Amino acid sequence: MGHDHAHDAHHHHGSEISPVEARVRALESLLAEKGYVDPAALDALVELYETKVGPHAGARVVARAWTDPAYRARLLSDATPAIAELDIGGRGGEHMVVVENTPETHNLVVCTLCSCYPWPVLGLPPVWYKAPPYRARAVIDPRGVLAEFGVTLPETTRITVWDSTAETRYMVLPMRPAETAGFSEEALAALVTRDAMIGTGLPRGIPATPAEMPV
Amino acid sequence: MNGAQDLGGAHGFGPVAPEPDEPVFHAAWERRVFALAMAMGYTGAWNLDGSRANRESLPPAEYLGSSYYEIWLRALEKQVAGTGLATPSEIATGRSAEPAKPVARVLAREGLEALFRAGFPSSRAADAPARFAVGDRIVARNIHPTGHTRLPRYVRGKRGRIVRTDGVYVFPDTNAYRTGENPTWLYTVAFTAQELWGESGDPGGVVTVAAFEPYLDPA
Repeated sequence: MGHDHAHDAHHHHGSEISPVEARVRALESLLAEKGYVDPAALDALVELYETKVGPHAGARVVARAWTDPAYRARLLSDATPAIAELDIGGRGGEHMVVVENTPETHNLVVCTLCSCYPWPVLGLPPVWYKAPPYRARAVIDPRGVLAEFGVTLPETTRITVWDSTAETRYMVLPMRPAETAGFSEEALAALVTRDAMIGTGLPRGIPATPAEMPV
Repeated sequence: MNGAQDLGGAHGFGPVAPEPDEPVFHAAWERRVFALAMAMGYTGAWNLDGSRANRESLPPAEYLGSSYYEIWLRALEKQVAGTGLATPSEIATGRSAEPAKPVARVLAREGLEALFRAGFPSSRAADAPARFAVGDRIVARNIHPTGHTRLPRYVRGKRGRIVRTDGVYVFPDTNAYRTGENPTWLYTVAFTAQELWGESGDPGGVVTVAAFEPYLDPA
């Protein structure tokens, strides 16, 4: 996507440019004029993180772990090289830890201090992950937060919250939904949502509340 | 610092508001702020810890009253001015009036994807043995540094247990100010929810933080 600011300016009246837009344009043109940034590199960064890096990568990792027990073991013991086996890695995921959901333990990932998030497997974080309500409450009221995502866990399931306070980044390995025997890795990956890998959701096919569970 | 960024356990912010089918960016200017922050970080004029220190040192009302990328923008402007890469009046006008300062490197389009897919590890070689081992009982120090730290307030003075030795990493508390990487042992420390939150803690619940060795004492 092109970003020709002079061109844009000719197509907008001043009143249509918000103060923050004007401020960003001023900063970019200054930093480019000084030679500190190359606007073509900025375009490439945006393209990379808007169109290429995203939760489809993490879903591939989960699907592989669901189908290959040896891979799952490597992923849980040393996640970064295991993820790199699928050619996934990079900025914001240099030091990965994968935590496994079980019937006994559900994992939830947060960054109370800023917005640390495993970029190579999940992409850039959604606004709610970076905003005060989630950062404040995930550690003190995880069940209440999960309820706001429509997830009610059995009382017997304990919750472990992972606060991303250093450069280690966490991804949740959700439980494989029942009745998916024989699914291809691709079909399994399609069941894996972004929120399931943060811990605020469950994969498609897992009932989100006990009431929905088959009796 | 005990700033507005340290949100764990705070009340009053209301419910979480997930946005269905949320786009990666919500406005064109957010794309540019994101990319500018990445590219300026790459120049070597500052580091990731320095960026975090600048963002969290915004006055609390400004921090909490700004959207995420507004916080990034305000911190970026502060860093550009603070490192002398441009003057405040140049930033206000968007026009260069002074010669550029030298920077270590400029991010180029060519090779960028490979660079970001390789990443920028902050692990370092160990030059001292780890003080703690898995299973050790610890207490998080009741410290209140006025500068950058990654020990959240809600665990300070609380008792926990080492559940993983993560290795040796750049120490944010000094690296943010470029006074040294000081490679430091990092541990994953588990606290029970009731140790942190008393009776209101989720029964059986656990909260872990990644804590650097100087944040911890034996318990």
